[in-house]
Amino acid sequence: MAENLVQLQGVSKVFDDTVALAEIDLYIRKNEFVTLLGPSGCGKTTTLRLIGGFEEPTSGTIWFNGEDISNVPSYKRQVNTIFQRYALFSHLNVYENIAFGLRIKKMPENVIKQKITKMLQLVNLEGYEKRDVDSLSGGQQQRVAIARALVNEPDLLLLDEPLAALDLKLRREMQQELKNMQKQLGITFVFVTHDQEEALSMSDTVVVMKDGKIQQIGTPEMIYNEPKNAFVADFIGESNIVDGIMRDDCLVEISGRLFECVDKGFGRDENVDVVIRPEDIVLTPADDAKLTGVVRSVTFLGVHYEMIIEGHDGINWLVHSTLKEPVGTTVGLSFAPFDIHIMKKENAS
Amino acid sequence: MKKATFLPYLIWMIMFIVIPLILVLFYAFTVSTPEGYKLSLDNFKRFFEPVYLKVILRSLGLALVSTLICLVLGYPVAMIMAGNTFSRRDVLMLLFVVPMWMNFLLRTYAWLAILERNGILNIALSWLKLPSVNILYTNAAVVLGMVYNFLPFMVLPIYSVLRKIDKGVIEAAHDLGANPVGVFTKVILPLSVPGIVSGVTMVFMPALTTFIISRLLGGGQFTLIGNLIEQQFLVVGDWGFGSAISVIMIVFILLSMGIMSFFEDADKEKTLW
Repeated sequence: MAENLVQLQGVSKVFDDTVALAEIDLYIRKNEFVTLLGPSGCGKTTTLRLIGGFEEPTSGTIWFNGEDISNVPSYKRQVNTIFQRYALFSHLNVYENIAFGLRIKKMPENVIKQKITKMLQLVNLEGYEKRDVDSLSGGQQQRVAIARALVNEPDLLLLDEPLAALDLKLRREMQQELKNMQKQLGITFVFVTHDQEEALSMSDTVVVMKDGKIQQIGTPEMIYNEPKNAFVADFIGESNIVDGIMRDDCLVEISGRLFECVDKGFGRDENVDVVIRPEDIVLTPADDAKLTGVVRSVTFLGVHYEMIIEGHDGINWLVHSTLKEPVGTTVGLSFAPFDIHIMKKENAS
Repeated sequence: MKKATFLPYLIWMIMFIVIPLILVLFYAFTVSTPEGYKLSLDNFKRFFEPVYLKVILRSLGLALVSTLICLVLGYPVAMIMAGNTFSRRDVLMLLFVVPMWMNFLLRTYAWLAILERNGILNIALSWLKLPSVNILYTNAAVVLGMVYNFLPFMVLPIYSVLRKIDKGVIEAAHDLGANPVGVFTKVILPLSVPGIVSGVTMVFMPALTTFIISRLLGGGQFTLIGNLIEQQFLVVGDWGFGSAISVIMIVFILLSMGIMSFFEDADKEKTLW
């Protein structure tokens, strides 16, 4: 059932001469959990607002269930949104907030009541019907916002950094709950976040964006393990990005040493970016190591130590290891061929 | 420390609020006899004569009509000013505020020149070959004067409340299927009730008590409660009766403020939906 629910075709959005989105193409399948991920100003929220109908594209077409909805106002779309700051109606209580959409559809009162009761169960807010929304905690307000959107049984739910305002623990809980709801209800979710961990843990598909362009689309594993360029590698988790020269297929020179790798198809002696994850670097005794460095700092981060190791030619390597090496010792750095990711230099300059 | 800084205000309040109020109450509840002042309700009894009841009814009526017109005119203006697409907000705001910098009397006198038999309005009408109108010294002129003078007091509180409404809430309503009319009636209007309440209060109070507007534009034949009080003090010299009417007016204002705050409470209890 790989049917496309939403498709963006060459969609651009320009705000007063600033290009927020530059001709992006994107499709979202039914029942998929898609995350738009990127730093602020990358165009992820603009993309969401275009799908929700709060903005009109400057050019390009947005298809929804095979229909062109580019210029259809938001109140005529089968889409509901959960806003970053919840945007609850402060003049209405919890019950009336959730009932808002159903009232507009002129549903009979007993049906409304039934639906709301079910929704309140789903979001764990039974007994809160008559409460003032301003008297609720951030997490509870978030649940009301979720219930208010989901009660309309939309084909597509848009979530604009819905967890950004919650503390870490609550955020984890809500991530799990949202994921469960999505599976249970079979609704397509489009989720916007700048938190890469959140994106990796929740999504079926991650769309990494930067400067109004899509950098990479793929499953969380693909995005993490095979980042397409240095930006994605750096944004998704921490990375060491160093200069390298491709000496041959599957042979790269880093810091003047040759390493075996698994990438092919680059020009001979082409300058490339080499990305190595800090947890993929293994510390070895310095004597028989190809590459050595001096430990400059050690920070304990709970699960592991984070060390900065200065290589022999001055490159600082970020290393995650469960074993600590004292500051000042000389250690060897080694990495497996498949942990070396070779990327084309972004701009030739 | 706290007490010391409060002292000037305390003196101020005693001198300009408490003492005058006590004097008003004193004159209202006493009559002067050859043996001195005597407690009496005579001043209040007099007020219930039909002539005076008519005055208060007319005052209430005109104040209500003016307030309503201000609301109907002011709300859309406030909405336009608060709208995001409106780029000339500052200019419009200035247009509303600049007349308030001018003397109140002067502004009202200006209307005399406009509404006169040979005034600007009738000259304009005759150019357009339309029959001339004579609204000076009628109820209409008084209401016009009140609306003109008090409209900013309606627009500004509504404007400031509308400005504070989170744009996200309006988007949320659209998102949930409300068309622009639905967004207005179900979200914007209920959320702006506090602004409406303070606007109505700020227009109704001065409209009820004004005596300048009715004297200038009503030509003295349309005595309002404010004129009556002024007359008693400055012309007739019956301070007792004047004070009694003032007390009755204070009661009316307190009552209308009570009604207003009831509306505000109703909003808080979410019963307006």
